[in-house]
Amino acid sequence: MLKRVHFPTSYLPYLLVAPQIIITLVFFIWPASQAMYQSLLIEDAFGLSTEFVWFENFQVLFEDPKYLESFIRTMWFSGAVALLSMGMAIILAGFADRVIRGAMVYRTLLIWPYAVAPVLAGALWVFMFNPTLGIISYFLEGFGIDWNHYLNKSQAMGLVIMAAAWKQVAYNFLFYLAAMQSIPKSVIEAAAIDGAGPLKRFWTIVFPLISPTTFFLIVINAVYAFFDTFGIIHAVTQGGPAGSTNILVYKVYNDGFVGLDLGGSAAQSVILMILVIAMTVVQFRFVERKVEY
Amino acid sequence: MANIKLDNLLKSYGDTEVLHGVNGDINDGEFVVIVGPSGCGKSTLLRMIAGLETVTSGEVSIGGKMVNNLEPADRDIAMVFQNYALYPHMSVYDNMAYGLKIRGIAKSEIKRRVNEAAEILEIGDYLKRKPRALSGGQRQRVAMGRAIVREPSVFLFDEPLSNLDAKLRVQMRLEIRKLQKRLGVTSIFVTHDQVEAMTLGDRLMVLNGGYVEQFGTPIELYENPQTVFVAGFIGSPAMNFIPATARDDGTVELQNGDVVPGVATTGTVTLGVRPEHLVPHDKGMFQIKVLMREQLGANTLIHGVLKGTDTEMVVSLAGTHDISEGAEMRFSAAKKLLHFFDATTGKRLS
Ligand SMILES: Nc1ncnc2c1ncn2[C@@H]1O[C@H](COP(=O)(O)OP(=O)(O)OP(=O)(O)O)[C@@H](O)[C@H]1O
Ligand SMILES: [Mg+2]
Repeated sequence: MLKRVHFPTSYLPYLLVAPQIIITLVFFIWPASQAMYQSLLIEDAFGLSTEFVWFENFQVLFEDPKYLESFIRTMWFSGAVALLSMGMAIILAGFADRVIRGAMVYRTLLIWPYAVAPVLAGALWVFMFNPTLGIISYFLEGFGIDWNHYLNKSQAMGLVIMAAAWKQVAYNFLFYLAAMQSIPKSVIEAAAIDGAGPLKRFWTIVFPLISPTTFFLIVINAVYAFFDTFGIIHAVTQGGPAGSTNILVYKVYNDGFVGLDLGGSAAQSVILMILVIAMTVVQFRFVERKVEY
Repeated sequence: MANIKLDNLLKSYGDTEVLHGVNGDINDGEFVVIVGPSGCGKSTLLRMIAGLETVTSGEVSIGGKMVNNLEPADRDIAMVFQNYALYPHMSVYDNMAYGLKIRGIAKSEIKRRVNEAAEILEIGDYLKRKPRALSGGQRQRVAMGRAIVREPSVFLFDEPLSNLDAKLRVQMRLEIRKLQKRLGVTSIFVTHDQVEAMTLGDRLMVLNGGYVEQFGTPIELYENPQTVFVAGFIGSPAMNFIPATARDDGTVELQNGDVVPGVATTGTVTLGVRPEHLVPHDKGMFQIKVLMREQLGANTLIHGVLKGTDTEMVVSLAGTHDISEGAEMRFSAAKKLLHFFDATTGKRLS
């Protein structure tokens, strides 16, 4: 007869995973299912009556030109944030990779913005760019630029892009630096001996070799710009002026809590939820895939 | 084609000096091997010649021109790295063509040179593959190919064979030697393997702790080692060293009281004699107690101690010998095969 190894039944494993499961249930599964349910209802502004309408909320949404506008704006915004923050990060990482002395200090300083809460990051930029008090708007005036992101739509968009990108630079920087440091030094030296200058080496050797990181970060940054920039928008422009910075995630809040269209807002958040799931799937596929170079 | 001149080259990292003034003239077309134990500064010296490390003081000249401040790209050199350092995202062809493209050489010329190199190195079948799809030996050839297509005036090799298995190492060693003779390009080859050094080099520069111990042909190093270090480093099995005291009459006295013809000096000396130079002799001056015997077929190694001392001795005899362990034997060596070194400085006493 085979002897079986018997482990005494224990509640400890269940106990240990319980907090995580409870957090997921309370803060994700429950609100998500509520949102899905809500997206099928129409409620009057006073919350007195609700009506079950199937997919009418979604139908209204897809026919609303404002929604489409916000969608395109969000794509724009995400693209710009990803490009700007990854561009900055790659340049900084490129320099940090060469630095030997004081590298730790330099890296630590670069990581700080990541620890700043989005709303605070937004507040910081609002202060600096305040049309009457801000230090940067003061300097800009010296160059003949009249800065007022409360009135000027493109300035408002520019400011939220900058603030959102700034906050993400640290994260991208860490990944890029790690990727660059994993390239054997002798490969770079071989290229130097082959006659490639620093820029040429970057474009023909370093950049292709870190492309897996670039793919990964594109997804991460798109997800960030889509969903995690609420705090920054709220602190800097509140979606204005005239809805020019009203990206999807902010529109959910605005339509629901300001416009009190709960059903429509819930429908929007369901769409966002589907988007984030889709992006996560894409990201996993990239991470899983064998890196091809 | 170029000669290389190293003039009092010094290198420090912060406060630690790792090379303490290296001098040497390398002739046009010569194959020089820099050899020494791990950490002695071989790679550092090579990388200074390549321009990958700054020169703390002293001068490097290539082809009569001081190159201290030239970028690696402007020194007209090619280097083969220990880990090959191939570009992982490029095909074998592109790996070899990269340096030529950057230098703006015409496509047809690039193609000609790459194909020629591929033919010499027998890698023509892999030109489309990425380096990761090659074996270590094939990668090694690609790295060589990348160096030769550039047609530089100097080749630098940093332990290029150390990642290969023993058999392939011997084969590649011969190929590198043949290739260098055929191309006639001045070459500097770094290794810690003295056999590799002896077989490859026209001349060897023996480095130890950042100092050049000796710079000469393999035979000079073998027959006339200038320091105890070189004497012990070159040759396998290594030279025997016996502490001794010099006497007024030009002989030296070993620890066990035996007297051997020596040099005119006083004080303590180190007597060196190679295992293969000891021959059995009834009246031999070296009495050895045999501890162990190794039959290698072509020769026999006798491990033992000098009688009455605990100085270890190795004797290498040609052919097979039936010598019992524990026996006592006498050996002698011709006077000109005895080497004497100052016991404190380790320098040769002539
Ligand atoms: N960047 C550095 N900072 C400080 N010391 C260094 C640095 N690079 C090398 N060294 C020291 O310089 C000495 C020589 O190093 P080098 O790499 O030239 O040795 P090597 O002779 O090539 O050894 P190996 O055979 O192991 O490759 C070593 O003692 C090493 O610790
Ligand atoms: Mg080395």
